[in-house]
Amino acid sequence: MEKRYDIVEIKENVLADNDRVAGKIREELRRSNTCFINLMASPGAGKTSLLIKTIEALKDKYSIGVMEADADGDVDAKTISALGVRTLQIHTGGLCHMDADMTFRGLKELGFEDLDLIFLENVGNLVCPAEFDVGAALQVMILSVPEGDDKPLKYPLMFKVSDCMIVNKIDAEAVFDFDYEACVERARALNPEIRPFRLSALKGENVDEWIRYLDGFIREWRK
Amino acid sequence: MHEMGIVLHIAKTLNETAEEEKITKIGSVTLQVGEVSGIITDLFVDCWNYFKVRNEILKDSELKLETLPAVTFCGDCEKTYPTVKYGRECPYCGSYETWLLTGNECIIKEIEAETL
Repeated sequence: MEKRYDIVEIKENVLADNDRVAGKIREELRRSNTCFINLMASPGAGKTSLLIKTIEALKDKYSIGVMEADADGDVDAKTISALGVRTLQIHTGGLCHMDADMTFRGLKELGFEDLDLIFLENVGNLVCPAEFDVGAALQVMILSVPEGDDKPLKYPLMFKVSDCMIVNKIDAEAVFDFDYEACVERARALNPEIRPFRLSALKGENVDEWIRYLDGFIREWRK
Repeated sequence: MHEMGIVLHIAKTLNETAEEEKITKIGSVTLQVGEVSGIITDLFVDCWNYFKVRNEILKDSELKLETLPAVTFCGDCEKTYPTVKYGRECPYCGSYETWLLTGNECIIKEIEAETL
């Protein structure tokens, strides 16, 4: 007997369910007044180093939590929890990004109601994390000098969805052919609102400018 | 490699639909994929085939892909042009004040389903 199938119209964006969960995260975090920041970059761009400097500067002011998302391992979570902030290591099981559902589960596991500020250190990748809204209040991407100033041309979506572009490792500019102005121009062509920073998380150069901005953003958001 | 993640999202949506509509089996899934959606279709099909045999409702389903063309609009001369061929620069007036009208979609259009 031939199988009979009915056509069911769905007409739904594949990431519609992700965006629904991201919306739910925003609602919950608004309620608990917890500012949530999504930190994205390639592996080795300096996400953890910048996070350490940022936490050291802000931990007396805000109660901070950190979710470390990696394919495997817990090296970053160990480093961060040594700073005395609440830390959760999330394993994506090989998946290249965090989606809203994984993020929500992570937030519940971490416990967010009593925290002022939460960072998600997303999986090291310039492609996939840009596709998935995780419900953050601020999207921050780091581009390190050795990666090159042409990255906005190669990974445009990351620069389109980010509120801040942090050019890190400027202490290495002398040995790399990195044109900061050209990089900013390329990023702005994709996203005129993007806010660039130029710093060295390792040496501490210009880190205070980033901290001042972030602190202002958090204060404004939590008002 | 976000293709696997997208497959999981589609499966989740379809399993939810199946529950709501009392669907027991899905015969085919039609997806509309924009030319510049960033989805690599070969890779996507591999991920789909890997996943579907592990999912009761989807295991015998056929995946149908429809490509949606990418079209860019020029804010200066107000013409539209094919994105893949010309990129960001308007071929009519050379402007970079251009934005994508269509082409980055990934939509589950419809499914063929067997119900109770």
